[in-house]
Amino acid sequence: MTYIAKPRLHHPALQTNRLGFTRRDYEGKVSTLCAGCGHDSISAAIVQACWQLAIEPHRVAKLSGIGCSSKTPDYFLGASHGFNTVHGRMPSVLTGANLANRELLYLGVSGDGDSASIGLGQFAHAMRRGVRMVYIVENNGVYGLTKGQFSATADRGSLSKKGVANPDTPVDLVALALQLGATYVARGFSGDKTQLVPLIEGAMRHGGAAFIDVISPCVAFNNHPGSTRSYEYVRDHEEALSRIDFIDLAPEVKAEPAPGDTIDLPQADGRTLRLRRLHLDHDPTDRLSALAHVQQLQAAGEIPTGLLFVDPQAGDLHAALQTCARPLNQLTEADLCPGSAALAKINAALR
Amino acid sequence: MKRIEAVNDFVVKFANVNGSGSASANELFAKAVIRMGVPVSPRNIFPSNIQGLPTWYEARISEAGWLGRRGGIDLMVAMNPQTWAQDVAEIEPGGVLFYDSTRPLPASALRTDVLTLGMPITEICNATYDDPRQRQLFKNILYVGALSQLLGVEAPVIEQLFSEQYRGKEKLLSANLRALHLGRDFAAEHLAATPFGLQVQRRDAVGQRILVDGNSAAALGCVYGGATVCAWYPITPSSSVAEAFQKYCEKYRTDADSGERRVAIVQAEDEIASIGMVVGAGWNGARAFTATSGPGVSLMTEFIGLAYFAEIPAVIVNVQRGGPSTGMPTRTQQADLLACAYASHGDTRHVLLLPEDPLECFTMAVEALDLAERLQTPVFLMTDLDIGMNQRLSQPFGWDDARRYDRGKLMSAADLDAGRDFGRYKDIDGDGIPWRTLPATHPGKGAYFTRGTTRDPYARYSEAGPDYVYNVQRLLKKFATAATLVPAPIERPAAQPTRQGVLYFGSTAPAMDEALALLATQGLALDAMRLRAFPFADSVARFIAAHDRVFVVEQNRDAQMRTLLVTELQIDPARLPAVLHYDGTPITARFIAAAITGLVQRPTSQELAA
Repeated sequence: MTYIAKPRLHHPALQTNRLGFTRRDYEGKVSTLCAGCGHDSISAAIVQACWQLAIEPHRVAKLSGIGCSSKTPDYFLGASHGFNTVHGRMPSVLTGANLANRELLYLGVSGDGDSASIGLGQFAHAMRRGVRMVYIVENNGVYGLTKGQFSATADRGSLSKKGVANPDTPVDLVALALQLGATYVARGFSGDKTQLVPLIEGAMRHGGAAFIDVISPCVAFNNHPGSTRSYEYVRDHEEALSRIDFIDLAPEVKAEPAPGDTIDLPQADGRTLRLRRLHLDHDPTDRLSALAHVQQLQAAGEIPTGLLFVDPQAGDLHAALQTCARPLNQLTEADLCPGSAALAKINAALR
Repeated sequence: MKRIEAVNDFVVKFANVNGSGSASANELFAKAVIRMGVPVSPRNIFPSNIQGLPTWYEARISEAGWLGRRGGIDLMVAMNPQTWAQDVAEIEPGGVLFYDSTRPLPASALRTDVLTLGMPITEICNATYDDPRQRQLFKNILYVGALSQLLGVEAPVIEQLFSEQYRGKEKLLSANLRALHLGRDFAAEHLAATPFGLQVQRRDAVGQRILVDGNSAAALGCVYGGATVCAWYPITPSSSVAEAFQKYCEKYRTDADSGERRVAIVQAEDEIASIGMVVGAGWNGARAFTATSGPGVSLMTEFIGLAYFAEIPAVIVNVQRGGPSTGMPTRTQQADLLACAYASHGDTRHVLLLPEDPLECFTMAVEALDLAERLQTPVFLMTDLDIGMNQRLSQPFGWDDARRYDRGKLMSAADLDAGRDFGRYKDIDGDGIPWRTLPATHPGKGAYFTRGTTRDPYARYSEAGPDYVYNVQRLLKKFATAATLVPAPIERPAAQPTRQGVLYFGSTAPAMDEALALLATQGLALDAMRLRAFPFADSVARFIAAHDRVFVVEQNRDAQMRTLLVTELQIDPARLPAVLHYDGTPITARFIAAAITGLVQRPTSQELAA
């Protein structure tokens, strides 16, 4: 890690978005993670996505659990409130925060230990409740902060840095999210920012529970031969199923040369998400076939990436609970307290 | 046989089978006596079971207004063959056994020192009703009818209760009326000849009081106190807090036209998620609460530590039951005091409010929501099964429409624009309570990143010793501030000067009231103080200092309140004799009086030292 912060002043010609913010306005503190850590690339992708979408930084709430990944919200969006909670329990805190104020953008950042081991239950229940959020798991298959133990997403038979083979079946968070009702399910790779930034943008524009599993190699403990989460292994086995070409107004990304048919998906917020299908046998709008296709590819040793499934018209927990349009944290006595006359009636009914 | 003769002062116990529909009939009986103007305190004694196990309903009728459990049974309504022997044995000599005599019982199953009244309830029901469900349900109404006739409870009072309960349901109303009068007629015809010593006579001793359970009252307090997020997980005996909150919110927080709700209620996957949601909502500026019981608190402790350290408002209603572990899930105790006061690892201390009855469940729920935001910390409302799940006569709820919620030290966008210094964990005012901003307060100022890890006063990550010490000492100062804000203890001096006192709290209060009167008639004067919160106000230490000996009465094995007093106020334990009741039944005046009388006969520590 570096300990030298970039100067606050920047070049006057630095490009601004339509709100007048430069990318620097979306940055946070200096990262304390290892040099080359995949997580820092994800932070950079989040900064890029927020800048491109011209999101007001203070309208984002960042939440995380415990671990290397969960430290990262301090390293981006310094003008946003953030809450680094307890291990594996970010989803419940995010759910409560979201209930309190439905107007903000909730960004949950977690790791594979945080979400697939200790927090698997909370991960599952946040997905099935359809909490409107962007839930990013920075997945490196290893516990970094405690120095290299396997996590629950490590592949069976993959080797630890000390050469020990992992005996357990991995938890596949993408499959779980698909099964449990997440309405936007994607997988990215921290080494492929071109793909990752639009995936994050799409998630931020989504109207329901959006989950992105980002393979993010741990340079200190899981980047060796025998690991299935190393940069080299992931580059060799990645199989992109789709590219998000654009979301209205966001700059068009034309990085992927492979042709394919495009689908325009109108989003709940009125925008359109254009998806380029790279595997024509993958239908990203059909949950069951998407799940089957992803699992077939994984069984064959591939790592499918891209937007794997989306329900563009998804609703969320607030719709299910029929909460009012005004954020609950802005309601006052007049909205909330039935008053003394109603209480007198309640008393009378109890005599 | 000397018959018990009593007017408006006796205990009736109904022994039933769980799931047989007896609960509403027994409640009807209690309400009818209350409508006669005579106070009743009913208590459900029920198993952790839905159908088949024994259940009891004890109704203490007391014109004098004693609402605690008395102990001893004057009239047993024995409807459960499973518990026959135990139920019959429990009757006071000279009392009454009322039972279903459809099947003859051998004399050995009966007692000679109690009055035995048989009524062929099953036979009458079978002869009257064809539907098996009705045959079962109306047995209960039949015995209520017979008892009302024997005791002198007026028929129109019960008829009126039926008409309120079955408004618009004529078929049910007439069927119930029929059963009631079948019972009354049988008693008048066949049982009237037997001299019967227990009577209910019309009085005006109830006044404006209402009959309500503490869980509903706490839920209503959360509605009035402005809670907008409730996250919970079902657990006896607290589930009905969230369920009542839901019911009240349907009525008072739902827009009639759009159906939109000014509340969010989530049944979470477990207690950890419940408190997590409450913490998230509290961080984001919504008033939030959860309701649980001991096992739930155990699961929540990590989050409670986070909320203490990151300084997030949260309200936890703990309806205590018998512990440890699954313990006695349907019995009452006050055994979570230490688990809540010091919940979580590291040095932590939490605010506890200790309501005595449904009225205080209501008022203290409102206060808990205010205090949580004022102090930016978890606040526990410590009720128990006895208060929470039993209906209790209580003073009516009151509300001042001029009352405003205390949202605490919230820094606004205007404050930030005016250049006010914002240090999230900085003590600006000298009371230990920092200022906070909510997410999205200001586009460029006031954002901070909070965590359970140590930080400097500006919320910047720091493991430096001085930063840590500053922070945890400020938290202590904040706790001292809390002692000045929580509900103050209530002193009740004895009629004459005394050097002996008693401390008590929560659901012990009604039994203590009666025990104090009982002891006074026996010539033992005690100054009493009812604790209403932790941390302790200064008056608690003064009260203890002003007496040679202060009995501490509580419903747990380990004298947990006494431990708090000894630890927090540095009291010599010898000055605080413990009076402990922990068999899962509510404490009684008889128990307290006997225990204190026994302890008084021992010398005080001063006398021992002399």
